[in-house]
Amino acid sequence: MSQETVAVAEQAPGGEVRRRLADNERLLAVAAMTPAVVYILALVGFPFGLAVLLSFSDVTVGDPSLDLVGLATLRQVLADPVFWQSLRNTFVFTLVSNALVVVLATALALILTKDFRCKWLVRFLVLLPWTTPVSLATITWLWTLDSIFSPIDWVLRQVGLIESNVIWLGKPGFALASVITVHTWRIVPLAAVIIMAGLIAIPSEIRDASDIDGARFWRRTFEIEVPLMAPIIGVAVLFGVILTVTDMTVVYVLTRGGPTNSTQVLASWAYFKGIEGGDLAQGAGTALFLLPVLVAVAALILRFARRRDVM
Amino acid sequence: MTALETDRRRADRRRVWGRVALYALAIGAALAAAFPFLWSTITMFKQDQDLYIKENNPFWFNEPPTMEHVTYLFTNTEFLTFVSNTVVVGLAVVVITLAISLPAAYSLARLVGRWGERMGIAIFLVYLIPPTLLFIPMSRVVSALGLHESLWSLVLVYPTITIPIAVWLLMGFFKGIPRDIEEQAMVDGYSRAEAVLRTVIPLVFPGMVAVTVFSFTLAAHEFIYALSFISATAEKPISIGVPTALVRGDVFFWQSLQAAAVLVAVPIALVFNLFLDRFISGFTMGAVKG
Repeated sequence: MSQETVAVAEQAPGGEVRRRLADNERLLAVAAMTPAVVYILALVGFPFGLAVLLSFSDVTVGDPSLDLVGLATLRQVLADPVFWQSLRNTFVFTLVSNALVVVLATALALILTKDFRCKWLVRFLVLLPWTTPVSLATITWLWTLDSIFSPIDWVLRQVGLIESNVIWLGKPGFALASVITVHTWRIVPLAAVIIMAGLIAIPSEIRDASDIDGARFWRRTFEIEVPLMAPIIGVAVLFGVILTVTDMTVVYVLTRGGPTNSTQVLASWAYFKGIEGGDLAQGAGTALFLLPVLVAVAALILRFARRRDVM
Repeated sequence: MTALETDRRRADRRRVWGRVALYALAIGAALAAAFPFLWSTITMFKQDQDLYIKENNPFWFNEPPTMEHVTYLFTNTEFLTFVSNTVVVGLAVVVITLAISLPAAYSLARLVGRWGERMGIAIFLVYLIPPTLLFIPMSRVVSALGLHESLWSLVLVYPTITIPIAVWLLMGFFKGIPRDIEEQAMVDGYSRAEAVLRTVIPLVFPGMVAVTVFSFTLAAHEFIYALSFISATAEKPISIGVPTALVRGDVFFWQSLQAAAVLVAVPIALVFNLFLDRFISGFTMGAVKG
């Protein structure tokens, strides 16, 4: 092909040098990639290196000079019981939410790929939790779970299940459950959309063949569709895990980590330490503990990529 | 009655029950997803003396509905400033994202071969390094550049979130376009750069639309960078402006606050609905290797 293009270039009148440059594939490839690579190195690579460096320093807002102190900062981070609470919460929130997401999102995807009336309206309402900026979506929950005026409490009072309000966000157990609910609620639509993409890709012959064989809804769903969807469900869960592990918005808006740090997660704890508390070194050190989870997710994605069928 | 008739009747009955179950599930899912928003929508039109009485039915207008609090949101708060800040940041981020991702995605899809596949995965993995890991060093970078307390800090930083996804999505779209098209244009005497501009870019337009919608939304969603870099009310985008500035002391203006959430949520969800099918096809194209 390169011979061909050279031939074309020779025939072309004028501007041959420029033309040859524009046809030089290797040069073109490098030129096209450079902005993206430079941008990522400057604004992801460099800050990432700085994050590691900060974790081994004692930088605070009051004393911004970067003095390396070895492992002292990280030791301080680990000595704080709130750190361990945050670590445990991060895992609990992520595991419980995403277990729920798998079931609910698969069900939702199966519903949304069927035909029914007013489907656009259902689709619109179902997508709201995911398309709304997280902080605003969480604000609607903050009001739904209000200690005095929660409509959920009103219903429970009317039915006679409770005498006085539950105070969802004021007690550790209920606050944990609330955060898990909000995470699940906002991730299910995204996971369902990803799973829908996989469902639509299932060849219709398979479905027709199972219809002819007389397979009924349950058998068709659980013996044919769900196994075929398994890889894409995996992808959806990976996205869900990333979104929950790294999120601090839900906790920040809903509970500020309270009551008494019982809903704190790594990301929110890093924020409270690093930005509000001004201890940049400890904040960066806390956030760094997200890394093992992300590396594990990356390894899984690479395995998917190697299998070549999805991702 | 013949056996055949019984069979058919049984099948009909099963079909009817299937439809009933489908509608019940669809309505249930819609209600579960939209419940907080429905409650917010009712709230935003309620009068104070209706809302703040514990025994009043929260799902009913015990007093006539009022626009008072919605008007208040627009006239007495910084809501419109937050919205316009978000729009400015979002549009700037979309432009930067497209300008950087289009050439990179094309290059990865067409020019660099096997090596490009690995590079593509590497760029996708950048997506896994989240703002929550970088916000502290990033706030130092932003200060060093003199962008602290400025919207432009967000314009600078948000493309780190959007570019990896945009490259990935666009790569899928480029792979979906047959090579013959630009090769034909090159045979016709255009250089590769010209051929791409004239033939491939118009075809990849749906992908650019998907990236635009997606990047704008990600920029509007982002919370922790904005929270860490900006504390001046006039520079806040909607994601941090509403939760931090519409609270007076410890008193929430509940009606106005919920009005803000609903008025932002609805348009974004409508736009997403328009592009959902395109987004799904974009995702599968990026996902299925060409």
